[in-house]
Amino acid sequence: MKAQVTVTLREGILDPQGKAVEHALKSLGFDSVSSVRVGKSIEVELNGLSPEEAGKQVDEMCRKLLSNPVTENFSVKLAEPAGE
Amino acid sequence: MTVATKPLFGVVIFPGSNCERDTVHVIKNVIGAPVREIWHKDSSLDGVDAVVLPGGFSYGDYLRCGAIARFSPIIETVIEFARSGGIVIGICNGFQILLESGLLPGALIGNASRKFICRNVYVRVERNNIPATDGIEKGEILEIPIAHHDGNYICDAKTMAELEANGRIVLRYCDENGDVTPASNPNGSMGNIAGICNAEGNVFGLMPHPERCAETLLGNTDGRRFFESLCSR
Repeated sequence: MKAQVTVTLREGILDPQGKAVEHALKSLGFDSVSSVRVGKSIEVELNGLSPEEAGKQVDEMCRKLLSNPVTENFSVKLAEPAGE
Repeated sequence: MTVATKPLFGVVIFPGSNCERDTVHVIKNVIGAPVREIWHKDSSLDGVDAVVLPGGFSYGDYLRCGAIARFSPIIETVIEFARSGGIVIGICNGFQILLESGLLPGALIGNASRKFICRNVYVRVERNNIPATDGIEKGEILEIPIAHHDGNYICDAKTMAELEANGRIVLRYCDENGDVTPASNPNGSMGNIAGICNAEGNVFGLMPHPERCAETLLGNTDGRRFFESLCSR
C-alpha cells in the first residue's frame, strides 16, 4: 500500500518560494499565471495494513511529523499497488 | 562568585548542530560556569540546571527546521524538565525545535526575502524578569548577529494577542535607536519578533546568536548578557 501525502502551506501564509516561481513563470512569458504555491509531496510505503488502518496511521503521521499545523495543511491519497 | 555557585549548563548536540562548540566555549571559558555536552540520543539531563538547544541544521533541516530533532529521545526529557520549571534556552535552530516540540507557540518559516541572512542586527529587550534577561534593563538595545534562512516568526491572531498581553515577546528587531520599524525587521517576523518565552518565562527561544558575540576579542560582548543573567540567580 502506498500513501501519497501532499503538504501545502495554509492560505494566507507567505510563500516566498511560490512567489519566486511565479515571477520566473511570468518572465518565461506565461502571462496568465496569477499565483503559485509550492508544497511537498511525500510517498509512504506501508506493509500489512488494511486501507482503513493505513489511512488512520498516515493521518496520525501527518499530524505528528509530516506537517506543521501552524503553517500547513495536508491531504492523503491511498493507492493499492497493481495486482494485489 | 565562585564557580560552584553558577548553574550547571547542558548543551544538547544533534546531528547537524554547528553552534554547540561556541556555546560550550562561552559558558565554560567566558562565563566560567560548568557545562556538560548532552548527546541527542541520551534520555537523561543528568542534573543540569539549564539546558541550551544550540543553533545549526539538525537533521539537515529536512522536512522542516527542527521537525525531526523534536523527536530525539532527549527532547521528551527536555519537555518534562521545562514543564517542571527547568530553564531551557533555544538559540536559532534550538528555537525552531522549541516551536516544533510545542514548548513555545507558533512557527518559523522562510525569510520574506528568500535569502539566508548573516549579519548583525539590533534587538530591543522587551522583558527582563525572566531568567535569561533579568540582568538586562528593559528597553536596552543589543547588537547580536543572526544567521538563518527560516527566521520568519508566524502565529495565529489569538496566539499573538496572548503573547502581547502577557509580555511573552522578549526580543524585537529594532533599529540602532531602538525603534521597532518594518525596515529594521530582517526576516518578515510578525511583530518584529526575535525571541519569545513561555507563560512562566523559564523557556526562551531566540533567533539571534548571543554565543557569537560574547567576547571582547570578537568586538562585541552583548551576547554575554544572557549567559550572565542565567548565572546571576
